[in-house]
Amino acid sequence: MLLANVLGKLNADQFPHDPIAAGGALTVVGAMIVIPVLLTYFKRWGWLWNNWLTSLDHKKIGIMYLLVSGIMLLRGVADALMMRTQQAVSTGANSGILDAEHFQQVFSAHGSIMIFFVGMGFMFGIINVILPQQIGSRDVAFPFLNSVSFWLFAAGAILMNVSLVVGEFSSAGWLAYPPLSELKFSPGVGVDYWIWSLQIAGVGSLLSGINFFTTIIKMRAAGMTLMKMPMFAWSVLGSMALVITAFPILTVTLALLALDRSLGMHFFTTDGGGNAMMYINLIWAWGHPEVYILILPAFGIFSEIVATFSRKRLFGYTSMVWAIGAIVFLSFTVWLHHFFTMGAGADVNSFFGIMTMVISIPTGVKIFNWLFTMYRGRIRLATPMLWFLGFVVTFTIGGVFGVLLSVPPADFQLHNSLFLVAHFHTMIIGGVLFGYFAGLTYWFPKIFGFKLNERLGKYAFWFWLSGFVLAFVPLYILGLMGATRRLNHYDASLGWQGLFIVAAVGVVLVCIGIFFQVLQLVVSFLLRKNHTDMTGDPWNARTLEWSTASPSPVYNFAVLPTVRDRDEFWEMKQRKESLKQPKYEAIELPKNSPFGLYIAIAAGVFGFAVIWQIVWLIPIALLAVIALIIVRSSDTDTEYRISAAQVAAIEAARPRGQVV
Amino acid sequence: MKYKKLIFIALAVAALVALSIWYLHDKPFALFESRGVIAHEERKLMVFTLALSLVVVIPVFALLIGIVWRYRDTNQKKARYDPTWDHNRMAETIWWLIPTAIITVLAIVTWQSTHQLDPYRPIASTVKPVKVQVVALDWKWLFIYPDERIATVNFVQLPVNTPVDFEITSAGPMNSFWIPQLAGQIYAMSGMSSQLHVMADQTGDYRGSSANLSGKGFAGMTFITRVSSTSEYYDWVQSAKTIESELNQGSYDALALPSQNNPETLYGYVEQNLYDTIVMKDMGSTHTTHQHGADE
Repeated sequence: MLLANVLGKLNADQFPHDPIAAGGALTVVGAMIVIPVLLTYFKRWGWLWNNWLTSLDHKKIGIMYLLVSGIMLLRGVADALMMRTQQAVSTGANSGILDAEHFQQVFSAHGSIMIFFVGMGFMFGIINVILPQQIGSRDVAFPFLNSVSFWLFAAGAILMNVSLVVGEFSSAGWLAYPPLSELKFSPGVGVDYWIWSLQIAGVGSLLSGINFFTTIIKMRAAGMTLMKMPMFAWSVLGSMALVITAFPILTVTLALLALDRSLGMHFFTTDGGGNAMMYINLIWAWGHPEVYILILPAFGIFSEIVATFSRKRLFGYTSMVWAIGAIVFLSFTVWLHHFFTMGAGADVNSFFGIMTMVISIPTGVKIFNWLFTMYRGRIRLATPMLWFLGFVVTFTIGGVFGVLLSVPPADFQLHNSLFLVAHFHTMIIGGVLFGYFAGLTYWFPKIFGFKLNERLGKYAFWFWLSGFVLAFVPLYILGLMGATRRLNHYDASLGWQGLFIVAAVGVVLVCIGIFFQVLQLVVSFLLRKNHTDMTGDPWNARTLEWSTASPSPVYNFAVLPTVRDRDEFWEMKQRKESLKQPKYEAIELPKNSPFGLYIAIAAGVFGFAVIWQIVWLIPIALLAVIALIIVRSSDTDTEYRISAAQVAAIEAARPRGQVV
Repeated sequence: MKYKKLIFIALAVAALVALSIWYLHDKPFALFESRGVIAHEERKLMVFTLALSLVVVIPVFALLIGIVWRYRDTNQKKARYDPTWDHNRMAETIWWLIPTAIITVLAIVTWQSTHQLDPYRPIASTVKPVKVQVVALDWKWLFIYPDERIATVNFVQLPVNTPVDFEITSAGPMNSFWIPQLAGQIYAMSGMSSQLHVMADQTGDYRGSSANLSGKGFAGMTFITRVSSTSEYYDWVQSAKTIESELNQGSYDALALPSQNNPETLYGYVEQNLYDTIVMKDMGSTHTTHQHGADE
């Protein structure tokens, strides 16, 4: 009784017992032991604390985002591998490697992780590192808020992985539709883990959205009017506008579901006046814009890459901007296409179907503009460009199937089938992930000061592409055969097994692709002396972030640039402009602060306490969050100065290539 | 040397495609092998939409291959380089307008087909429709024939060339009722009754399943849809009526308890208005709210 008061629902039975689940738990616990031991052994705690954990430097926060997302990508892929193995063997008398409950947890975790912690994480990582530099700024608008955002994101990720060790994860799918996700049908803590890891990370995303939106509006270099902004900045502006408008919906929806589960309310239950359909509407009112939140920055990255590697100005800039605007607007008018099968009337279904296909117009225009950026260019097929070409092929095919799904009567047949699963993976992998991989390869020298090994990068690309084709073409076919998603077992007479085996082979190829990416990182790091980027501009690129050293100094720009052209840096190179002995001034930058980390720890504890109903801890954690915010807000000494002489010294030490 | 590599890749892809076709040619494709009037239309609509999309896809792929090949940086002698050529009003107008035209056509088709194939729309026929009420339970399908006063589990028999009016609900989590060879799916939701109208035009056994995750036993929620001649159907109804077991509130409550991979079952008699009772139970009237509050 006393124990129940202290620990809530937590007890010794909540630790995993079967071998696969225990393997996941051991990985998490092992990492939690090994990492501190290594840090202690190499005496790196101080370094970690001062240079990383408490840093408010947007570039370092960005790198931490990328690190967390990279780790979460490995976990998400491990989940994919388990799912594909299960479906490859689980037919007839064979029930596979996972029981139904565990299989459902695995695909629920896969989807949640890939969207919230891989997609969003890579996106905010790249935006953090690159965006301020690209618009000629020294920082983001709210550097401390940025740290809070990151740590909330990390806390969400950690909370999600804690579910591997203590308790269980949700088995209600990545969007946890009620009534299945209600207490009546999911009495365990799984759905609570899902709610609170997403809620905490989601608040972080919302804060980031506000931060970057403000940064773009207020902190552009002198002369950079909106129509002189690089296309990546435009795409981020569009994406952040969606974050600001869509994420509050997610927050409210999750909160209502949490109220149902924790306080016995009836927003979405089957009884007591609840209406689960409301949840499905709300979650997709966030969920569909979310897809565009992820894809727009990828579009922006491709716009930069295709211009740079064609050595030509981006074609149809104005069209591209309008296309982004149209997509931002339209993305809020299509959510119902995720549930045409709910039985809304034909008028409603037609409207949302038509709005959905209308989105393909601006998207198609973007593809033509990219193609004509290459036209009369000089195309270098470096790794980022390969990802771009792979993207055009997959995204076009995926888009066509998307248009097909937007026709309601066709959707009645394809909805919830593996065809649908294949479609959105084509968009998310071929669009979002390929885009971020392209961006990471492209900006890697800017972030770390050396280029990635091209040969290994190309191997990685080809394994990813062929693995992707082998993994998802069978799913399209299976969908046409009537195979629904999320089956932990199917009848042998259906003739599906061969295709599932091919799909599993595809995932293995993707894993080899990831192996080459990891190898590429390791090899490039070990041989970094051979491909150090001395110039700051290894690709002969076009935008301002390439005008600084690689990696750029803590203040980004010693002298803030004045912009006259869209491709300002390219034009600077054409004008052969050299800064004659610039006049340096002192620069003010934000001091380190551990408060972002503290706030996230308190938020994480709050989440854990709510999940396990450790009642006494809930108000303590909540008050801690509020107190920390107040304490930090009353701190006025938040900046430090780098004197003009120090700036001059840093700049003098900069390696010089041929440019500016 | 470079061409050899390309030819090799082309041959490998061709071999892979040929292998796939050989492997797939005798596999059952539920969405292509439509056996009902609605499914026929849905299949045609899918083919039409895809064909229309090719108007954009083919030029995109042709341009992609052509441009990348011609303007590759190792082809500097032949290809023109124009680094400042960044807009052309004519060209851009064309690729705003062509997709717009295609989408306009598709939008009209969508509006019409969505109304025509609305699952709530009864199918016009001179034959009197058969009514079937469907309840998604954890984790099996209950079919109630209100006019015949019989019921089945995980099995449904229908007469050919006869409109069938399905009324569909759920007693628990949301499911999706799907017999791909007869018609597209529709959600089964608690406290609500959705509709689906189908008419099979060929006899045979067709697979039905739940397309929406509903918990542990969801993968086993499959059922056989047997479409037979009208006379065979009525023979089956008559023989079903002779079965002793009865579906009343009591036996329904027992059936509704979670169970997996249930065998096909027949009930020779069904209590009146059972379906309505099931739907109303979750309608969430004030009364049930109070009761629930009192329980806690």
